[in-house]
Amino acid sequence: MNPNLLELKGVHTHIGAYHILHGVDLVVPRGKLTMLLGRNGAGKTTTLRTIMGLWHASQGTVVFDGQDITAAQTPAIAGLDIAYVPENMGIFSDLTVKENMLLAARSAKNASQMDETRLQWIFSLFPAVEKFWNHPAGKLSGGQKQMLAVSRAIVEPRKLLIVDEPSKGLAPAIINNMIDAFAQLKQTGTTILLVEQNISFAQRLGDYVTVMDDGRAVHAGSMQALAEDEELQRSLLGLAL
Amino acid sequence: MKNLDFDWKPLALVPLLAVLVLPLVGSTSTWVTLTVAGLAMGMIIFIIASGLTLVFGLMDVLNFGHGVFIALGAFVATTVMGLMADWTGSNELWRNLVAVFPAMLVAMLVAGALGLAFERFIVRPVYGQHLKQILITMGGMIIGEELIKVIWGPAQIPLPLPEAMRGSFLLGDAAIEKYRVMAVVVGLVVFGVLAWVLGRTKIGLLIRAGVQDREMVESLGYRIKRLFIGVFVVGSALAGLGGVMWGLYQQTVTPQMGAQVNVLTFIVIIIGGLGSTGGALIGALLVGLMANYTGFLAPKIALFSNIGLMVAILLWRPQGVYPVANR
Amino acid sequence: MLKRILSADLPRSRWLALLLVLLVVALALTPFIFPGVKALNVAAKVLVFIVLVASFDLLLGYTGIVSFAHTMFFGIGAYGIAIATTHLGATWEALAVGLGSALVLSFALALLIGLFSLRVRAIFFAMITLAVASAFLTLASQLHEFTGGEDGLTFKVPEILSPSFEFSEEPFLGVSLDGRLLCYYLLFATAVVLFLALLRIVNSPFGRVLQAIRENEFRAEAIGYRVVVYRTTSAILSALFACMAGAMLALWLRYNGPDTSLSFEIMMDVLLIVVIGGMGTMYGAIVGAAIFLVAQSYLQDLLRIGSEAASSVGWLSALLSPDRWLLWLGLLFVLSVYYFPTGVVGRLRAGAVKGKGKP
Repeated sequence: MNPNLLELKGVHTHIGAYHILHGVDLVVPRGKLTMLLGRNGAGKTTTLRTIMGLWHASQGTVVFDGQDITAAQTPAIAGLDIAYVPENMGIFSDLTVKENMLLAARSAKNASQMDETRLQWIFSLFPAVEKFWNHPAGKLSGGQKQMLAVSRAIVEPRKLLIVDEPSKGLAPAIINNMIDAFAQLKQTGTTILLVEQNISFAQRLGDYVTVMDDGRAVHAGSMQALAEDEELQRSLLGLAL
Repeated sequence: MKNLDFDWKPLALVPLLAVLVLPLVGSTSTWVTLTVAGLAMGMIIFIIASGLTLVFGLMDVLNFGHGVFIALGAFVATTVMGLMADWTGSNELWRNLVAVFPAMLVAMLVAGALGLAFERFIVRPVYGQHLKQILITMGGMIIGEELIKVIWGPAQIPLPLPEAMRGSFLLGDAAIEKYRVMAVVVGLVVFGVLAWVLGRTKIGLLIRAGVQDREMVESLGYRIKRLFIGVFVVGSALAGLGGVMWGLYQQTVTPQMGAQVNVLTFIVIIIGGLGSTGGALIGALLVGLMANYTGFLAPKIALFSNIGLMVAILLWRPQGVYPVANR
Repeated sequence: MLKRILSADLPRSRWLALLLVLLVVALALTPFIFPGVKALNVAAKVLVFIVLVASFDLLLGYTGIVSFAHTMFFGIGAYGIAIATTHLGATWEALAVGLGSALVLSFALALLIGLFSLRVRAIFFAMITLAVASAFLTLASQLHEFTGGEDGLTFKVPEILSPSFEFSEEPFLGVSLDGRLLCYYLLFATAVVLFLALLRIVNSPFGRVLQAIRENEFRAEAIGYRVVVYRTTSAILSALFACMAGAMLALWLRYNGPDTSLSFEIMMDVLLIVVIGGMGTMYGAIVGAAIFLVAQSYLQDLLRIGSEAASSVGWLSALLSPDRWLLWLGLLFVLSVYYFPTGVVGRLRAGAVKGKGKP
């Protein structure tokens, strides 16, 4: 079995006339949490969207669990048990929290068919989701929406979780909450690809890290190695972890 | 559609309009007759408009050719009911219904089938290009209208109400036409079914979510493009049903009726907010009432009054009464 | 010199230039080259439509706005002339009054519509113009004391333009020199002037901003252009030219009714011509109108022949009936939008660029 669940090789992406990704190489090892770091505009979100098929790579390959998904359509990619939490959260504000969750639970035809045990676990991670169960998702605060977005991604077991900046705009206390949740997720053996600017996430959760700049991957390696090398940290990220 | 603090203001417009007009009409019995007529017409327009607004809301497709399904449905009904003349001529209601319901069913099937072809050949090639959509769907409607003329001839054809469905009953002094009551009932049934599907089934959930954020629904693993074809076909079938009912309401069908009702339908979905079924209902009721009230009070300005209504509502809420979020 | 007249908007293709020259010469000399009443009528209609379609191209091709109210302004112009001469007599003053009031009304309506487009999205706008145009059509039929209702108005034009006026006993080159001829050349001169004016407008700084707005409204606004002002101005200009085209039509036909100028069919014709000719090119109006109107007149004859030939096969005969012209039009229209999106002018220009070896 390939140790890497997801592999990108030489991926170029164009959006209209703009050439955003210039040959991205990325590996996401099975069962581990890989961080995708880089400053704003480096191409992180574009990479995630390309993986999900929302934008198509003009060159290069995207291989998931041995399957080439470079030219596949988004629903098919998601159907391979990849969950995506986009930067804008993708919450359906006119639907209730329950309906948002039901939608994400593909195998459930109605609310009663959702896995009760799993829901209880999600409620323990994010109490707000239980509290506002029957309320329109649009009424939730920014932090609560973020929690709902992550909850949706984990309402059913998935092979790969792709998350884009889950802590953006959140208060520090809530961020800690989020980090705990991801730590628990890691323990279930889920593979995670995480884009984050927040350093605590990287320090506490990251197993591997890839750093992007100007549409290219400029460094890839274990988090431990990066954490031990302050020089490298400064040159790649402009600060020490 | 299940909100904890429900936005009741647009809903209140309907009784508001009715009440405001009462002193202008003068006699209560006339007012009752007009109001029932308005509600009936409104319900029929709602049946037609509901499909159109969902199609736009879900897939951002503007079908200027929606009228062709209306006309087709009506013409098919003339043929079917023409074949069952002895059933429609009978005085017994159940016999009449046996003629009318198959007519509606066949009309819906034919319109739905045409909808399938329309989506495949006219709409699908121009997804995402609004300008071309507008042009092509208009072209599609012209072609459809002409084909109707080829099959049924260019002249208008009568579509008389079956015997037992004619006439009115009296509520005090007011004469209420039987057929109009039936139209309101059918309209409410359609609304009920739509509300149930949208609110209580997973498919309905997908549609409501898709109207808000199509990309996210796909990211959750649903082939929403397939769903769209279904919605388009259902919308066309509903337009066919609406066509039958409109034809019976006017007791005559013409090849241009599609284009004429099209304009009213657009006004309705603009008032309602593109993508909102509830909005379409309110818009349709308002338009139906307005058309009947002005038809009585000042017939020359009937169509302008509806345009005026639309302008007034857009000045209040530029996206329609129930705008769909996340657009 | 030529550059200045054409406002530096050259055909940019040898074939296109040739075609245009041919068409202009043909139109200029129609009374002499193509004998008969029908040919002259078709030519006059071509002139009117060149102006009408070019004004629509300003709105659609250059500003990117879809409006179904265009024929409303066409109708206002036509009715302006018709009503004025009917009620005030066949004099030049009446014509001036008619045209003047029509222009004022068009200005006011276009202003209203343009300002309203501030509040609503483009799709709403298209639907609203459709509704307004429909309402106007109904109104024209209903105000029959004023507009002649369904039957329309038949009226006389100033003597010098009417067929009975002859300014020479002897025919010249086989053509009788009468008021009709004069009227035709008046139309020709007007069409030339109006077309060149439109060409000047789209090639001016104003026109350039319109195109910028069409391409990227957000950016145009960010740079500092008030999009609403430009759009409204474009809508007003477009309406005024359409109005003048309507006046031209009424002058020629000496008749106007709801079907002559306000019908939906005419709107479709305009859309078809602009698509076939090429959106956003202006020259597309000339090429498109010529192709379309000639085809329309003579193809209907062809359809009639076909229909009679197929009379034994009922449905085929019905399909080919000349009354079903609109069916074939619709098909042609749909096919053009798919396969021919740049129109004749676009194709010719693309061919020219390829020929020069440019990428």
